[in-house]
Formats: sequence, C-alpha cells, structure tokens
Amino acid sequence: MELDIKEYEGKLPPKMIEEIKGHLPAKTKKSDVKKIMERICEEYKSSQVEPGESVGIISAESIGEPSTQMTLNTFHFAGVQEMNVTLGLPRIIEIMDARKEIKTPMMQIYLKEPYCKGKDIKDLAQRIKENKVRDFIKEIIVELTDNKIDIKIDLQKLKSSETKDVVLVKTLAKSLKGYNVKIEKDILTIKSKAKSENPSDVYKLKEKIKNIYISGIKGVYQVLPVKRGEEFIIVTAGSNLKEIMKLDFVDKVRTLSNDLHEINAVLGIEAARASIINETYKVIENQGLNIDIRHIMLVADTMCFSGAVKGITRYGVVQQKSSILARASFETPIKHFIEASLIGEVDELNSVIENVMLNQPIPTGTGMPELYMKASK
Amino acid sequence: MEPEYIYKKIKSISFGVLSPKVIKDMSVAKVVTPELYDKEGYPVDGGLMDTRLGVIDPGLICKTDGLKLKDSLGHFGYIELARPVIHVKFVKNILAFLRGTCRECSRILLEDEDIEKYKSTVNKGKIKKVVVKEISVKVAKATKCPHCKEKQYKVKIEKPTTYLDNEKRISPIEIRTRFEKITDEDLILFGVNHKVVRPEWMILTLMAIPPVSMRPSITLESGERSEDDLTHKLGDIVRINQRLFENINAGAPEIIIEDLWDLLQYHITTFFDNSIAQIPPARHRSGQALKTITGRIKSKEGRIRHNLAGKRTNFSSRTVISPDSMIGLDEVGVPKQVAMKLSVPERITEENKEFMVKYIEKGPKSYPGANYIVRPDGKKKKITDETKEQLLEEIEPGYQVERHLLDGDIAIFNRQPSLHRMSMMCHKIRVLPFKTFRLNPAVCAPYNADFDGDEMNLHVPQTEEARAEAEILMQVQTQLISPRYGLGIIACNQDSIAGNYLLTREMEMDKKEAIRLLASIGVEDFSNLPNKDIITGKEVFSVLIPNDFSFNGKSRDGNKVIIHNGKIKEGTMDSANLGSGSGLLIRTLHKKYGPDVTIKILGLMFRLGIKTLLKNGFTVTLSDLDVGEKGTNEFQTILKDAESMVDELIKEFYDGKLVAFPGRSVEETLELKILGILNKARNDSGKVVLKTINKDAHTIVMSSSGARGNIINLAQMIAVVGQQAFRGQRIERGYTDRTLSCFEKKDLGPSARGFIRDGFKKGLRPHEFFFMAMTGRDSLMDTALRTPKSGYIYRRLSNALQDIKVEYDGTVRNAAGKIVQYKYGEDGVDVSKSEGGKINIQRIIEKVITE
Repeated sequence: MELDIKEYEGKLPPKMIEEIKGHLPAKTKKSDVKKIMERICEEYKSSQVEPGESVGIISAESIGEPSTQMTLNTFHFAGVQEMNVTLGLPRIIEIMDARKEIKTPMMQIYLKEPYCKGKDIKDLAQRIKENKVRDFIKEIIVELTDNKIDIKIDLQKLKSSETKDVVLVKTLAKSLKGYNVKIEKDILTIKSKAKSENPSDVYKLKEKIKNIYISGIKGVYQVLPVKRGEEFIIVTAGSNLKEIMKLDFVDKVRTLSNDLHEINAVLGIEAARASIINETYKVIENQGLNIDIRHIMLVADTMCFSGAVKGITRYGVVQQKSSILARASFETPIKHFIEASLIGEVDELNSVIENVMLNQPIPTGTGMPELYMKASK
Repeated sequence: MEPEYIYKKIKSISFGVLSPKVIKDMSVAKVVTPELYDKEGYPVDGGLMDTRLGVIDPGLICKTDGLKLKDSLGHFGYIELARPVIHVKFVKNILAFLRGTCRECSRILLEDEDIEKYKSTVNKGKIKKVVVKEISVKVAKATKCPHCKEKQYKVKIEKPTTYLDNEKRISPIEIRTRFEKITDEDLILFGVNHKVVRPEWMILTLMAIPPVSMRPSITLESGERSEDDLTHKLGDIVRINQRLFENINAGAPEIIIEDLWDLLQYHITTFFDNSIAQIPPARHRSGQALKTITGRIKSKEGRIRHNLAGKRTNFSSRTVISPDSMIGLDEVGVPKQVAMKLSVPERITEENKEFMVKYIEKGPKSYPGANYIVRPDGKKKKITDETKEQLLEEIEPGYQVERHLLDGDIAIFNRQPSLHRMSMMCHKIRVLPFKTFRLNPAVCAPYNADFDGDEMNLHVPQTEEARAEAEILMQVQTQLISPRYGLGIIACNQDSIAGNYLLTREMEMDKKEAIRLLASIGVEDFSNLPNKDIITGKEVFSVLIPNDFSFNGKSRDGNKVIIHNGKIKEGTMDSANLGSGSGLLIRTLHKKYGPDVTIKILGLMFRLGIKTLLKNGFTVTLSDLDVGEKGTNEFQTILKDAESMVDELIKEFYDGKLVAFPGRSVEETLELKILGILNKARNDSGKVVLKTINKDAHTIVMSSSGARGNIINLAQMIAVVGQQAFRGQRIERGYTDRTLSCFEKKDLGPSARGFIRDGFKKGLRPHEFFFMAMTGRDSLMDTALRTPKSGYIYRRLSNALQDIKVEYDGTVRNAAGKIVQYKYGEDGVDVSKSEGGKINIQRIIEKVITE
C-alpha cells in the first residue's frame, strides 16, 4: 500500500499524502487504493486556483472583513497563571506594521532532557532572568551630606541568581566612572570621587544605579516555569532569542519568540515568515474567527518576499510598488509625484489602481488576456 | 485610415519637471493682467479667464480650439515672473544641490576618484537610493572644493524658502546661476535624471497657468460670480508680479523690491501648497483657508482618492430593503417605479423589431415601456407623447431602445460597507409592487443586511460584456462558498433553521398536510413522499434532497446525521448542516450537484423551515424561562457555594495566607481566582438550565438548533447575569476603595465588584443595573474605536495586496512580475473550491470503499 501511495509523491502535496495514509483503513484492496488516489488527484487538480485570480484582494478581504469583529481589548489571560499577551486587533496591527518595538515581547523556551522533565527548572529560569541592581536592593540610603549612596543588598537574592558580590561591584564600577564602589558585608557604598556634587545629581545617580544591568539575559524581565502537557517549559516576558540560543540547556529547535525582527535577525527570513503566519493565526483562532491559512500566508509572503521583513505601511510594502500612481493613491501622493518627477520615472500601468484611474481594463482576471482591438473612432 | 489595433489607450505615463521652455511652448496665452472680466462680463484678453485658456460660460467659444463649453478641455497659459521664485515642493532638493555643489564652480564636492567610483554603481536601480544617500553624507563633510579649492560653508535653510550660505542670504537668482553650471554628469550622482530635470528648473522664472476649465467660477443666485480658489490665488500672483515689474522698471529702492519679491514668493508658495507649517495659510475674506493645488490632490477628499480611484455611476438606484422569502435567492425585487426609471439598451434587429415597437408605443409613462431611443450615430432621443409617432417611423435595425427593466434582467446588488466580494452580487430582477427592494433573507449573511431600515444599491449593467461578466462571475450561485474559509456563506438562518429543526426532529403530519406544506414552498412533484397516511417531518424534508444523494455527518449535539439515497435515515437538521459558516450538508450538495441545483434546494429548504414555523406557530413567552422550584434551588446553591468560596478566598487574602501565582502579585491572584469561580458559577447555571428547562420551550429550540442565542443567554435570563467585566477585570473604579457609595470600603465581595446575582427575569438591583450600564458603555466605546482602526488596516492590506495575482504558470506574482509565492498557499488550492480549506480525503475514501 505504501508503495502505491509513493507513486503519487510529487503529484500531491506531501501533507496531503500524510493525511491519506492516516485515513486509509489498513486492509484496503490494492485496486481501491489506486482508485482512491486517482480520485484525490482529480479532485486536487480541479481545486487549483485559476490563472488570473486576484488572490491578493481575496486575502485582503478575508482578513479585513472579520477584523471588524475583533476586540480591541489587549488584556488576555492565556491560561490563568500566565502573563498578559497582546491579542485581538492591536496585535494584528502590530504584526502588519512589522513594529520594531512590540507591546508584549514573549518567549517560550523549550528545554532539553533532563531539564524538560522539571529538573532544576526554577534555577534555570532564574539564570535566564535579567537582573538589574534594583532586583537585589533591600534598601537605599542617600546621604547628601557626603554625597554617598548606601545600598543594602539582599544577599539571598544575590545568591539565588548565582551572582557574586565581587561581580556586582565590578560591573557597577565599570558603568559608574568617577565613583568609588565598595562593599562591606551587605552594604554597598557608592561615593563620588569629585569633592562636591549637586544634590539633584545624586538622586539621578540613584535612579541610574537601579537600572544597571548585572547578570542574566538582557531584555528578559520576567520568567515563569510552566508545565505544558508532559514537559516543563519556561515562558518569559521580554525577548532575546540570540542570547537564549547560546544556552546549552535550551532546545533550540522548538524555542519560540514573538518578535518578528528578532527572529529575522537570528533565524532568517523564512523563520520570520513562519512566525508571522503563526502569530497571526494565533490571534485569529483566539478570537474565534475562521480565516483560511492561505490568506495569512499570502500576507506573510508579501511582507517577506523581498528578503527583509516589511510592514504593510507606506514605508514598507507599498513603497516597493512599481507604479507611481498606485503608491500615490495610498498615502502622501505629492511626495511620490515629486520623487518620480526628479528621476523621470515611467508608470507602465501594470497594476490595478492606475488602470481604474484611467478608465482602462485592469490586468487581472478577465482583463488578463491581451486582446487587441480596433479603437473606435 | 489604417486600422489601429491597440490593447490599451494609454500605455504608460512618464513624470518629469516642466522646463521654462516647455511651459512657454505648451502655453497659448501670456497672462499680464489680474483683471478677469470687462464691464460687459466678457473675459479680458491677457487676463486669467482669457478665452484662449478655455471657456466656462455657455455660448462662448474657445479661441484656441474653436470648441464650446464641455467640448474644450482648456489650455495652459503662462506668466513671466519679474524675479525668479523658489518652488516650495522642491525646497529639500534645492538644499541638497546647494550643499552638494561648490559655491564657486558648481562642481559636486567629491574627489574625482569618488566620482568615478559612484558613477559605476549609482545607476543600478535598487541600490540607487543607498548610494545617493551615501553621497549626500559624504558631500556634506567637504569644507573645500576638490576642484577649485574654494572654501565651503554649510548651507542653512530658513524655512520655508530662504537659504543661507555663510550666514548670508542667497537670492533665487544666485541659486539659479549656480545651478545652471552643474554638469549633467554630476546630476546623476544626486540621483536626478538630467534628461527630465535640470536643477535650475526648480526655481521658477515662468509659471504655468492652469486652464480655466480646471478652476471654473460659480454664478450665485444673485448673479454675482464667485471665483475658484485657484483663480483667486493666481490673481494675487499676477497682481504682485505686475507691481514688481513696475517697481523694477521705475527703479524703486532695493528694499521695496525685496519686499515685493518676498510677497510674490509667498503667493506662489501658497498657490502650490497652502498648508506649509511655517507660513500662515492664505485665506478667503470669510477666514476660510484657500484650497490650492496640494489640497486638491491629497487626502481622502482629494482628486486621487475621491475622483480617480472612486467613480460615480449612472443607472443605479437606492432604496430601503425588505425581506421576501418567496422570491429566489438569486432574485431581487425591484419596485415598479424604479423599473420604469432604470433601463437596458436593446439593439433593434429585424427579428425583435415588433417587440421593440411595443415598448416605444408604451412610452416612458406606462410599464413596460421605454425611455429613450439611441440613433446609430450616438444621438439620444427622449420618447414623449409628441415624439413617439415620429420615432416609430424613424427606427430601423441598428437603433437602440432604452427599455424598462423586465423580469429576468440582470442587476448588481450591493450593500455598504462592501467589505468582501459577496457584498456585490448579481441578481435577476423581479419587478414587484411597492417601494422597497426585496431580497431573500437567506442572502442577508453575505451582505450583512437586516431589515431595520437598511438601504441597498442596485446597478444595471449597460453592455453585453458587462452583463455576461456579471452573470458568470458575480451571480449569487457563484458566491455560495466563501473564499474566506471554503464553506457555505449563503445558507439557512434563524427561522428556517428552527423550522427545519422542529420538522426533522419529531414532527408528524398527515399526507394532505404534507402536500400542502410542500406545495406552499413551490414543490410540485410529490412522488418522493412515501405512500402512507402519517408522514414524518424527516420524510417531508427528504423530498427536497436528490434521490442519489448520500451524506454522513454530525449535528450540533454530536449525534449522527445519515442521509442515504436522498432520505434522512437518522438525525435532525440544525445549523451544523444548514447554517452559514458550517453548512456541511449544503457544502456537500454544492460539491456534487453544482451551484444551480444547490441554490434551488437551498431556497426550498429555507422556505420549508419558514413555512413549518408558520404552520405551527413559534413565539417566546415568559413561561419559557420557568425552571420550577427545583431549578431555582439549584441555582441558589451554586451561587451560594460560589459566594462562600469567594469569601473564603478574601479571608485568606486578608490573613496573608493566599499564595500568589508565579509572576503575579497576591492581589492579581485573588482577582483571577475570584473571576474564575464566578464565571464557573454562571456556566454551571447554564448546565442546570439545560437540565431543568422544558425541552420544547421555544427558547431552548432556538438555542439548541443553532438558530439564535446560546445557553449562556438563557442562563442570564433565567438564573444569573454574571460578572460584569470591565477591561478584562472586575469593576474597580469609582469612589475611594469602593465602587459605589452603597458599599463598605474595601469590600472585595462579588456584588460590590460587579457581580449580578439574579437573572433578567427577576430583574436587576440598582447597583447591578449601574454596573451593567458601565460595561455596556465600555463595549459601545470599543466598537466605536474599533471600526476606524480595522478600516485602516483593511485599506492598507487591500492597497498592498491588490495587484497580486496568479499567473499562467501557477506562481503568485505582484504587478512588477516578482514572485511572491511559487505556488498559491503552498499547494495551489483555491479556498473557495475546497471544503473548509481542505480536500475531503475521507469522503473520497469512504465513497470508493462503499462502491
């Protein structure tokens, strides 16, 4: 039976062949298998898109029409214990814009054996978490009289994040030039080398110290070990795929981020495309809408086919259009006209909107065949 | 003449900057006076309304082309500016040129070797922008001209149109002379095509005057003329320009000339763009800002989006819609009044002459008549009682008659907002009495229409090509399957689902009744009815299904639905099989029999459902919500349990015993837990409702058939409305530490935080009512804010994707011919030809095996 199906590889998409294998009852007659495969091929052939079909517009409609039904509410609890994730219309906008800064960056870190069984999971999570000075502070005492800041360190926390106090002092001294940093037991003292200092500067310094990065992975400001089915994973708020990938206990194959640009930078454009599809589909499913994945794929492909992630904005995908009039009809028409006039650009009238403007047949669908006709005088 | 074969009338449009020479060449008149009309109201020669520039008054003739109003397109004129003036739209480019060239020799400020290096790369299309930017950065660093060794200063700009070099103002004259010396080779390095632009053209010496037909004046009722904004602005320019000329000729002091020059610059700037940040916009006497060239083009109301991308049409009509389930799904009921106004041109031939004569005889005032006759030369003649006789004699084959709409004519029906292609579908016209458009309620879903006052538009295609295209591509039957998810979108809804559910569940009737029912929906062949006295509802429904149709499916509640050879063996019909967005039965019918049969069957099913309800009656009453004492008690226990659990939690919280979820604070944990308990209470109440309520109550029929409403809605009426969530949380805002003044401070209990304890049937307490109003308003706000946001996302998407299409080789490409996907959706399957985005493998396997 396997052999009979194998014949059809290449004629049918691999996914479909897998599905057929799953559905075929074990004791199917050979002749029946052939018959089934022929029928499926026939059906597959007759379901192909026709040349000239405006698949772009159909996809835009299919996503645009139900987007009116999505909620604006950003808050959502993906399971009771986990963190807030941007969902609904705002997230769709975020993806389509290809924003550099997303509202809720997030990672799902899968772990290798034996850690995925729950071994040392809390420690691992703590190691990943970004630690700033503020995370170790128990108390801050500002002494304006001798321009000194005393910080009472939470030694227990320091220990659990595997940071030594010496390291703490070193990093602080490195980023605070012109100050002396000393530690005595749990009191960290920072004193200016300069004789006198403006009191407001001391307070500024205090704020600055709080935000100095000490250890862990930058950008990951919250970690959460979670059980997903049989295994443990670490969900984080804040994303830094590049650094996480360097860790040896992380399963690099399955680990996910929701930051498109980061994925593009670390894993490349195909991964970014897949991520656009997944992220968009997640929102759509969550909102209980029904949109075929092909439409989302097409959007993802238009965003990515140039080799870089481009948003669906006037600076992204629309900017790349070959037609001046098409660009002008979207936003900032004057700008496009001026730029076009300086380089003597020629609009070949190949796409839809400029032919609409000129009352001419559009080159898609029934307008695609090039029929030459006599001009009526 | 040689026959000319063309594909497009316009093949391409090229852009460029007008040189003074071109302006002069294309002009037909030089404008020298700001006066518009003489004493008789006739346009002045050499004025802005010069008849050589075109005409806007009836009766006048354009001196250039000898044509009358509307025939003459108008012609450009020009004015000679007394002093050169900077074109605002090129301000940035002028600055780039000033910074990039030597103040002495006008060469680009690059070493010779750099020039060579960049020259080879700059013209390679894609990287052009990058290189040009790189050059501009490099050039800005130069302090000395590499060619003539002249010292360079950074040119500054004082917005909007003043340039400073070494803190001294450079006049446009100076800029022009500098620019004239720039070589064509250097221009390439600025990313400018020297064949279409010379930098000195960015400083105007001549100005083109747009034709009169571009700025028509309006005659007010009082006989006064009101000129267009552009004419006003041009008048200002010409006036100042003349003054400047006179002053220069009279040898006026430099300071006066400078002032006038600046004024001229201001007027010309605002002529091009009246919304520049640094200068006050030019205004009417009333204080309203003038709408000049930029304003005319841009934004939604501008030329491009309003007039070019969106067009208006004749032969259309709009009125209120109302339902009529007795007309076909692919029909539209058109009022007679409308049918007599709209028309279809029909060509007279020898064969149809007799008919056509009848229409003409009837004239425009009686139906079915005709409104106009079109002669072969294109001349249109109105049919009136006076002209009728003469026209009847005149007509012969080749003439066209614009006859009234008839049953079976084709029209495109549309409801805004037209969010997807199913918002515009082609229907067959059915002329009906009364004044509304009638449509079958089954096609409400794709239009998203209801009958609370909605209006819809009707368009009548006027050519054979348009009609053919509309019929083949847009007719209702072709749109049965949504391209969004590959399932039926036109399907049964509401009453028809409830009706078919009741019918196929357990209804029985005698044969006479069954025949009456079927006849009322338009079935004429009763041979499929079994020959017995009592006929079940399933058997009645089976009459509509073709005899060779078999189907295995599931109903909403998960029970099997089996149809074998056109007979329902098992199961009831509900929204899973009939409804829109699932409609598996309908999807399978469509696959097997094609659109025409499906739409017929669908129409019958729809009517069968409605008529069943009509026969039996279907209303809702308060007693539908009765659950008896037992039910009420169960609700009370559920609620009491929930409340005591919440109290327990709050106690734990105050005692500090509550353990926070990882990554959450204790307060958040408490809220989450409470929310979980209260929502569970409501869902449990729903289950109790399902258990205790009378199964035949019409409310439950509606919800279990999937016609309308769900069990939560019922639970809210009967038992408990539930927690009012505000931005995903319990209600928190209001007074200090409490939501309303009727609660104690720091009360975290359910009722103080927006839990509505009773159902709508019992009624709401005042504070509960208030909370509900809060969330109600919140959701109204949400909708109001969402609509424009999603509208914009939609506009962007459709703009970005509009020219992506499948090519003959199966690849998906954009307008430039670049490949976006090698195969559409990775497998090339058209969603609207698939079943829910897939090919139904299981069905094929089952079918082959059973064979």
